[in-house]
Amino acid sequence: MSTEARKPPAQIALKIRRVLGGKTGWNGIVVQFVFAAILGWIGYEIVSNARANLENQHIAAGFGFLRNNAGFDVNQTLISYTGSDTFLRVFVVGLLNTLVVSVVGIVFATVLGFVVALCRLSPNWLLSRIGEIYVEIIRNLPLLFQILFWYLAVLAALPNPRQSISLLGIAFISNRGLVIPQPIGQAGLDPFLLVLGFGIVAVLALRIYARRALFQRGQMIRIWPYVLGLLFGLPLATMLLVGLPFTFELPQLKGFNFAGGSRIIPEFVALTLALSTYTAAFIAEIVRAGILSVHKGQMEAGASLGLSRGTTLRLIVVPQAMRVIVPPLTNQYLNLTKNSSLAVAIGYPDLVSVWAGTSLSQTGQAIEIIAMTMGVYLLISLLTSAIMSVYGWRVSRSLGA
Amino acid sequence: MKRVTLALTLALAAGLTAQAADAQTLKTVKDRGVLSCGVSQGLPGFSSPDDKGNWTGIDVDVCRAIAAAIFNDPTKVKFVPTSAKDRFTALQSGEIDVLSRNTTWTISRDTSLGANFTGVTYYDGQGFMVKKSLKVNSALELNSASVCVQTGTTTEQNLADYFKANNMKYEVIAFGTNDETVKAYEAGRCDVFTTDQSGLYANRLKLANPNDHMVLPEIISKEPLGPMVRHGDDQWFDIVKWTLFALVTTEELGITSKNVDEKAKMENPELKRVLGSDGNFGEQLGLTKDWVIRIVKATGNYGEVFDRNVGAGSPLGIARGLNNLWNKGGLQYAPPIR
Amino acid sequence: MTDIASSAYVRQDLIAERPAPVRMTGFVGLMRTRLLNSPTNILITIVSALLLWFTIVPSVKFLFVDAVWTGTDRTACLPENAGFAVGACWPYIQAKLPQLIYGFYPEAERWRVDLTFVLATVLLVPMLVPRLPAKALNASLFFFAFPVVAFFLLHGGGITGFGLSWTAGLLQLFDDSIIGAGQVLLSLSKTSAIAPLLWALGSLIVLVGKAISWLIFPLTWLRDQLEGSGQSVWSDFAITTVVVSLIAFVVGGGLRTGWRALAWSIGTFAAIALVIKLMGLDHGGLPVVQTRLWGGLLVTLVVSVAGIVTSLPIGIALALGRRSTIPLIRIFSIAFIEFWRGVPLITVLFFATYMLPLFLPGNFTVDGLVRALIGIALFTGAYQAENVRGGLAAIPRGQGEAAAALGLSWWKTTSLIVLPQALRHVIPNLVNSFISLLKDTSLVSIVALFDLLGSLRASFADPKWSAPSTLFTGFAFAGIIYFLFCFGMSRYSLFVEHRLNAHRRN
Repeated sequence: MSTEARKPPAQIALKIRRVLGGKTGWNGIVVQFVFAAILGWIGYEIVSNARANLENQHIAAGFGFLRNNAGFDVNQTLISYTGSDTFLRVFVVGLLNTLVVSVVGIVFATVLGFVVALCRLSPNWLLSRIGEIYVEIIRNLPLLFQILFWYLAVLAALPNPRQSISLLGIAFISNRGLVIPQPIGQAGLDPFLLVLGFGIVAVLALRIYARRALFQRGQMIRIWPYVLGLLFGLPLATMLLVGLPFTFELPQLKGFNFAGGSRIIPEFVALTLALSTYTAAFIAEIVRAGILSVHKGQMEAGASLGLSRGTTLRLIVVPQAMRVIVPPLTNQYLNLTKNSSLAVAIGYPDLVSVWAGTSLSQTGQAIEIIAMTMGVYLLISLLTSAIMSVYGWRVSRSLGA
Repeated sequence: MKRVTLALTLALAAGLTAQAADAQTLKTVKDRGVLSCGVSQGLPGFSSPDDKGNWTGIDVDVCRAIAAAIFNDPTKVKFVPTSAKDRFTALQSGEIDVLSRNTTWTISRDTSLGANFTGVTYYDGQGFMVKKSLKVNSALELNSASVCVQTGTTTEQNLADYFKANNMKYEVIAFGTNDETVKAYEAGRCDVFTTDQSGLYANRLKLANPNDHMVLPEIISKEPLGPMVRHGDDQWFDIVKWTLFALVTTEELGITSKNVDEKAKMENPELKRVLGSDGNFGEQLGLTKDWVIRIVKATGNYGEVFDRNVGAGSPLGIARGLNNLWNKGGLQYAPPIR
Repeated sequence: MTDIASSAYVRQDLIAERPAPVRMTGFVGLMRTRLLNSPTNILITIVSALLLWFTIVPSVKFLFVDAVWTGTDRTACLPENAGFAVGACWPYIQAKLPQLIYGFYPEAERWRVDLTFVLATVLLVPMLVPRLPAKALNASLFFFAFPVVAFFLLHGGGITGFGLSWTAGLLQLFDDSIIGAGQVLLSLSKTSAIAPLLWALGSLIVLVGKAISWLIFPLTWLRDQLEGSGQSVWSDFAITTVVVSLIAFVVGGGLRTGWRALAWSIGTFAAIALVIKLMGLDHGGLPVVQTRLWGGLLVTLVVSVAGIVTSLPIGIALALGRRSTIPLIRIFSIAFIEFWRGVPLITVLFFATYMLPLFLPGNFTVDGLVRALIGIALFTGAYQAENVRGGLAAIPRGQGEAAAALGLSWWKTTSLIVLPQALRHVIPNLVNSFISLLKDTSLVSIVALFDLLGSLRASFADPKWSAPSTLFTGFAFAGIIYFLFCFGMSRYSLFVEHRLNAHRRN
């Protein structure tokens, strides 16, 4: 009596089951169906309620309002804007203000964060205690509290424009902000920028070439004289040839305010100060943890290879620490960007303030405006996390190799 | 068909939700035994609570007058403080029966918000306040000034229009609430504070040294302020409208809270009509015959209300101006009660 | 035999005594090793000391030495009246203290707030001390019973029905919505191209709705009967007690093992009855205090406690959903979590304040505080989900497999084996999110709720206390309160972490 191998079960049915229902199979499909029905029901309720409510309030849904005149002014604009521009432009103005305060805040926060981390790691007992006190105090107070404190404190401490503090007669500090000379482009501006751009590209190319020479042929090329020449010598030479690229317009007190020059408003100063000191405390902890995560043996191994302390740090410790530092650091950058929305509390015209605040109350288009605001932040954070996962993939690949 | 809530769980917090009133506002108010009146969160002279939570102001007195006309008891009012942003929603949802909150009468608000303005309790206009030390006497000298303003109001747009029309430059600093705006002005963040002129006088009292600040003479907009009611209940609309008219009419006829009883006994045909001993106008409104007497006894006539809250008898000390009676050079004019 | 001592290579004289080793411990040792051991370090020490000197001395001077301690209004804190450069203006805090703690909560009713604070402390402290017993009971009291009691204490008001009428009401609402959706489909079918399909679907849905309404008819009928009777709350309560206890008895194992469940259920209901009776909920309860009168520390604590209590279940559900093998649920959980984590809290609050009312039926207005709470619960829930997920990932696979080998269902595996271990792992993280939640509550002041920071800002506007130093005094006071709360909690989280990792240390 021969036993034949049993036929394998039909693969197609199994596969469909797995795709549609996951591991739980048909049960999973039923659960999903119920879940989808509930979601659909909630969605239906939301849409029908929203439609009924909008009809009651005589608000026309849609993005048509974006082309209407805004009719109000904004006190810090990176692109030209007047009250007779459209709401769409208000959106762009707010977004740019958010981005500029985030970028400046990130730069300061990073610098300050590294400094505080080094303080905390310092062998000096007193200094490391100071770093610790800083971190503890800043982390345990609400950010909004700090923003308001800086704003009201900065404002209260500064004199009015007529008694403003003069810095060498070219910059002035008052409760209207910091006024500095404004560069005004001259005939020589275009060639100057062109040459500068060329210099930067050439320096980058040179660096890549030198590294390849080092790795492939073991040949050391000294590039710093060329770098200096390209970055400073060439632009200077152009300036001598075609004239100054820009001149400075000095601010002058006229009437109530300073005329001329460019102005940094106190709201911006307070917001940047609060955001960067706050985020720096978190960055300091991340950096400290990153550096402590590199084993002491790495430093000793570097020394035994005859590398100097600086070189060991630069080539061995920092790259390893960075792998630990970068992901949470990016998270902090993202947090800072999101936290910049607290600007609304002190009247800095960021996205939330001019768009979800002023424009919302002028138009009443709550759904569109809030969706756009949330969408922008969501887009920023999704982009960042996409970049981070690419980075993580590259790091894990290089570790595996 | 009954519309259904999404947040079913919220039904547990039933105490925190309110059902909208239907068209029978008067009946709803009578059943509830108290008038629900939307006022501002605190603007001296119009509606502001003292330390013990007692409300005073013109807008508050309008609510009291309506309550007096319905219940013969001006205390039967629940004051609901509303912000500039949520005031219309509160009215539409039925949380309040009448919105008496220095709200400007404009065509868009009258038509598109599902509500009606019942009249004008105060003719206002946007003005400017500056520090006296700046030595400015006219708004036309404000070129390149920094201006503090509250967002989400018509003020911001009027401001932009005015400076543009006069070809002046300015810097706007906008804040979310009135208090923040005043605080920033006081801290010297801006040279000028702008809002409705009545609001300027009221806010001046919030400053540490009110006498260091002055209100400029220019008025750059028309801001007729008045109470609002929901669309779709004409009887309620009439009651609120004629309560206002009753306040003005009694001032015109010289009826005050003190002499109303004597006036009611006089044989003057007009007085008899107004005070209810002749005709049944009150009943036609859905109230009682003596409705005007009730109102005047509760709050006094318009002149008394004005004086007590914003006029000469108050810390604000605003002149009657446009708010004087029509026969004394102002705009307050009531159709006859006949 | 030679004398060893005379050998040339043997030392003849004793070595001189070495000096005692430098003290490496104590203050002197610290000075030697960590402060003054090299010229650079000496310099750093001096600079640091100067830095401390210039921050600590002025602070102490401001807070204590130059402070004004008594007074009735701003004149006491004006430098020209006091005769010296005035530091902190403490009478201002004294005058504003009720506002900073209670907001505009009516003075006569403030004992209710105090009582709530006391209740919270009594429940919270035993839960935080690891050595004390009955954690499960304690936690369930804090997470389930306390919020309800606190709601009726703080807000006031009573109940008109109990379990039966609520269930009936909810089912009826649900049923109305189903029939409504069906009718919309039916009316659409008159104009649509796929009319027959829509018509069939609509009729089906309406039919289902009708069927449900017949199914729940006994419930609604009973409710209407109860509402007619004078003692609706108590009769409803009795029916609910009997039904729930019976269900508990049967589910608990019937005659064999169900007695324990029955006892628990009856005990719980007895406690509920006691609370209802004590607070008089059956006849109106305490006078209602509108939430717009709440303020100060009260709002800060209410928002953060409500946030943590509501966000934890949301977080657990989302974390389990994210690990689910069912594709739709996993995708939904991921999208939900990433959405709320990707936007700033302030936009969430704007969403809750301006958009949520649009999504609700027109005749429903939701209280401003509740709106903010919904926003915060969703936002924090997404963050808690990631915390809980970390805990779930830390549980070895073997645990779940062992449970499966014992024949436990997914629900039992999760609730009895996996979650208890996972949650214990993430207690420090949960406490940390509670800290950030407490800090984030300050944002509600932007949507016109007066928390501690909002009340502080409101008090700045009072001209009666407008003096140069009131601003800094207010900030100092609020800062100290926030710091005490947050710092205390972060120390506690460190302590728990230490305890949890005790076995890892060597």
